[in-house]
Amino acid sequence: MSAIWNDRPHVTASASSPSWLRVMLRTHPEYLLSPLLLVVVLVGWEYGVGLIGAPEYILPPPSKIVFALWEGLSQGLTSRAGYWIHTGVTVAEIVIGFVVGSAVGLLLGTVISQFRLLDATLQPYIVAIQSVPKIALAPIVVLWFGFGLTSKVVIICLLTFFPLLVTSMAGFRSVEPERLELMRAIGANRWQIFWKARLPSALPYIFAGLEMASVFAVVGAIVGEFVGAQRGLGTLILTMNAQMNGAGTFSILVILAVIGLVMHGGLRLVAKRLLFWSDTRRRAIGS
Amino acid sequence: MERKSATLLDLKSRGQSIGKRPMITIKQLDKVFTTVRDERINALSDINLSVADGEFVTIVGPSGCGKSTLLKILAGLIPSTGGLVSVADQPVAAPRRDIGIVFQNAVLFPWRTILDNVLLPAEVQGSDMKQARSRAFELLEMVGLKGFEGKYPSELSGGMQQRAAITRALVCNPSILLMDEPFGALDAMTREQMNLDLQRIWRESGKTIILITHSIPEAVFLGDRVVVMSPRPGRISEIITIDTARPRGLDVMGEPEFGRQTSYIRKLFYRMSNADDSNITGEGIS
Repeated sequence: MSAIWNDRPHVTASASSPSWLRVMLRTHPEYLLSPLLLVVVLVGWEYGVGLIGAPEYILPPPSKIVFALWEGLSQGLTSRAGYWIHTGVTVAEIVIGFVVGSAVGLLLGTVISQFRLLDATLQPYIVAIQSVPKIALAPIVVLWFGFGLTSKVVIICLLTFFPLLVTSMAGFRSVEPERLELMRAIGANRWQIFWKARLPSALPYIFAGLEMASVFAVVGAIVGEFVGAQRGLGTLILTMNAQMNGAGTFSILVILAVIGLVMHGGLRLVAKRLLFWSDTRRRAIGS
Repeated sequence: MERKSATLLDLKSRGQSIGKRPMITIKQLDKVFTTVRDERINALSDINLSVADGEFVTIVGPSGCGKSTLLKILAGLIPSTGGLVSVADQPVAAPRRDIGIVFQNAVLFPWRTILDNVLLPAEVQGSDMKQARSRAFELLEMVGLKGFEGKYPSELSGGMQQRAAITRALVCNPSILLMDEPFGALDAMTREQMNLDLQRIWRESGKTIILITHSIPEAVFLGDRVVVMSPRPGRISEIITIDTARPRGLDVMGEPEFGRQTSYIRKLFYRMSNADDSNITGEGIS
């Protein structure tokens, strides 16, 4: 009985039965349910395809997708038939476009929001441009910058620029006036007010913008490659589609999902370190 | 006569030199706000007040009497529209380093630890950080926050957060502490404890304190003098000297003198609000 009052009860209890499993199930049932859902869906998919008699080029079973993925990844790094070179090109586009686009958006949003008049003057135009689907510009951007890396980077820049511009402006606008008043009362200058109060206060908004931008970056790369490119996962999808290689197309989607997950995970990791204090953030990510 | 000497004695017993030198002088102060629609609102009108070095002055008044505005002008956060405000014989134009300020909300930065929050003014003013740190530790111990230096504000109760805010106001060793309803957001028990603590901090540090409050008992309990303000426009309606001996314990609140003082101020309040009512009904009839 006294063992229960041990400061690590689950360790003591595990001697008799795997109660750590019970503890985990009680506190985080989703740890079991989420993988279980995946297994159910995959198994259902695998056998469902056969049941409804869908041809493989329309909807391939998961096993074929995994096989296609394996085949593509087992080619040489520079082989044009393999996945590596295309993945490399697409990732390069995404990383450069995301970094440049969000950096410019953040910088401009920060500068604009420091001057109330500038903010108010530009506001209607920003709203107007924001409601234009930038992705529609992809064909013209390819026309301007060619089939190489540059055009895709420009498209991604366009897509990632606005989320950062808008969220950083919103972030700086929403700084509690009390914080600014306190800074003024203790004799802080403009610069100190910015670094010590405004920027940290705006950071949760900026990270929300970065997360949006990371999703848009992948979309921009693929659409850009659809419109016109020689390499990249988007071109690979087009080629495979033309060859009615359904399993191949789906295997590229798996790679794209991994790229998205890595970016998302990276951002979360940084956010967790920088924004441990933010209520809004804690509510938003639900932890 | 009797009252005056009692106050002098009391101040002397704290071992403080009060002299004649006023720490804060306010002469014929006016503040007019102009609204977006070009309406002029008289927030403060003809305020005259002189606060001695080491004195504890409390200001009470109904909402809208301009007491917060007065404090912000003293802090150099907003300009006045007329009259003179000087601190230590210098006119106030901008926030001064010898003034510490405490707001109703603690306004601690959630991304900074308690210690880093307390050190913020020292950091901003480019003080010797080593010295500031040791002072911060001393002050945190004095306000009862020893051991909480590394905690974040969200880990502290409201009362503890406000203690941290007071510590932050004291860290650069200002000679004046301005407090704008510092305990307004706290529950009654915590509030009484904070009143006792503030009295102790004041007696130990010898600061000049101006404290704004909604609570008449709090004003009478803490103040050497209670400034009663009336609204529209904000004016000083009366200044009452409280000569109850220091240190005052909570039992003071049960004494007849305390009751007399609070009920007198309450009557002043009622007179103000009645004047208001008659105005309103008068308007309604015409």
